[in-house]
Amino acid sequence: MAPDLELFDAVLELADDHLVLGHRLSEWCGHAPMLEEDLALPNMALDLIGTARTLYDHAGRLEGQGRDEDTLAYLRGDRAYRNLLLVERENGDFAHTMLRQLYFSAFMHPYWEAALGSSDAVISGVAGKAVKEMAYHIRHAAEWVIRLGDGTEESARRMGAAVDALHLYTPELFEEGAAAGCDALPARAAMRGAFDSTIAQVFAEAGLCVPEVAYPPSGGRRGLHGEELGPMLAEMQSLHRAHPGALW
Amino acid sequence: MYSQGLIGADGRTEETEDFLAAFQRRMDAEEKIEPNDAMPEGYRRTLVRQIGQHAHSEIVGMLPEGNWITRAPSLKRKAALLAKVQDEGGHGLYLYSAAETLGVTREQMTEELLSGKAKYSSIFNYPTLSWADIGIIGWLVDGAAIMNQIPLCRCSYGPYARAMIRVCREESFHQRQGYELCLTLSRGTEAQKAMLQDALDRWWWPCLMMFGPHDGDSLHSDQSMAWKIKRFSNDDLRQKFIDATVPQGEYLGLTFPDPELKWNEEKGGYDHGPIDWEEFWRVVKGGGQMNRDRITARKKAWDEGAWVREAALVHAEKRRARQLAAE
Ligand SMILES: [Fe+2]
Ligand SMILES: [Fe+2]
Repeated sequence: MAPDLELFDAVLELADDHLVLGHRLSEWCGHAPMLEEDLALPNMALDLIGTARTLYDHAGRLEGQGRDEDTLAYLRGDRAYRNLLLVERENGDFAHTMLRQLYFSAFMHPYWEAALGSSDAVISGVAGKAVKEMAYHIRHAAEWVIRLGDGTEESARRMGAAVDALHLYTPELFEEGAAAGCDALPARAAMRGAFDSTIAQVFAEAGLCVPEVAYPPSGGRRGLHGEELGPMLAEMQSLHRAHPGALW
Repeated sequence: MYSQGLIGADGRTEETEDFLAAFQRRMDAEEKIEPNDAMPEGYRRTLVRQIGQHAHSEIVGMLPEGNWITRAPSLKRKAALLAKVQDEGGHGLYLYSAAETLGVTREQMTEELLSGKAKYSSIFNYPTLSWADIGIIGWLVDGAAIMNQIPLCRCSYGPYARAMIRVCREESFHQRQGYELCLTLSRGTEAQKAMLQDALDRWWWPCLMMFGPHDGDSLHSDQSMAWKIKRFSNDDLRQKFIDATVPQGEYLGLTFPDPELKWNEEKGGYDHGPIDWEEFWRVVKGGGQMNRDRITARKKAWDEGAWVREAALVHAEKRRARQLAAE
């Protein structure tokens, strides 16, 4: 396969989004509000990490430098990570975690649907699996956003706080990043309609308002992250980096 | 995962001789008891306690392994560990459901765990200090659990026996996966080999303790045997475990931390050195290194999740009310 560095960069962005969010969800394991969620959260984390693995493997081949999934995941520092700011945000309470999941899946579901017809066989293969997974993530996260938004006074207050804290990260979802000009991947801006309609529907049922975002943060695609990604990667990579070259 | 011989069973029962004899005939005929069948109160109490301890062990058992999910050294291992810990949560769920058929609720059982009234397997009160612990736990702790649980697939109480069939299938997968992790470390760098030996040194004796006290010191075992809840004695299961495990460890190039461990041709099994029962009872009674931390972590998750569970109930109630109003 001839190296394709443009597509490499674009696939790496997607892989980083999935790994970072999957890692965040995995931090809940054993500490969820109820046993059912101790099963559901790792389920979603496994979907995301599975997609990340296929994408890293693909990216490594597109780059043609012999970097495999673990080299890409464990041996790049935070400035080399290209994930969205939304997915690196700390879990916060259960309302924050579920809302973050809703935003991500409400974007990725139409994205993977559009990628089903990709000229790149790996991408269309990933899309076929991910489209079903994202439909489930939307359903699960939306149910919780509605329950919490339209639950008790406390849960409504917490859900509102989550919207205040996270909605401003959604404009970055639509930025083109390295994928601009890659025919193998859908145009991100095209997901606007589907995303807005999912969020509007869920928020209406949950009694939440879609806030105006005056100053949307951005920079994840250029390696300009917030302060939370560095410590997350330091933990994630610590053992792997402590034993250079070891096989696990 | 799980488990050790039941801690503190109480099989006392007050039914008439005739009733007990009729029940015993059903036991002797290997009939399965189902939730709506008549059963002695002591039988019910013993099962609630045993299934509850077993369920709590699965749930608390998520914590020591969960400690390494965020540091797993490869994406493949990260996914496998996450899936394994999730399986243990699933085991907890089936077991709570099996216990609920005996008239207790999951909330009651959870409260007993958090208040310290209910026990769980003491193996989970040891810390996981290295990545090799993840392999050793799969190989030995899940391995010991399987030895204990295979006979439970034939337990006289139907819902428990059926839950155990599914659980055992997954536990044996965990055991193979854990052994494969150990095998990889055993073929790795000097540091990885040392990590593996260190983990075995720390976990071997606690794993032998998982089978519970020596037969002579184990109260109420006879009644559980007669009721076909228990099929083999603690010592028999422990011996089977050692006999199966030692050759596997030797294949990995490991040394067991027991100078008296040696093959006894005459009995066709291994002899082993004395188990430190003082340590066992100290950990069972709450004095293990991690007892407090484990319960604190469970309590924190439970307390911090209270508003979520409450919101779910209130929302469901609102929904029902709206639906009724619309009809
Ligand atoms: Fe289990
Ligand atoms: Fe297990």
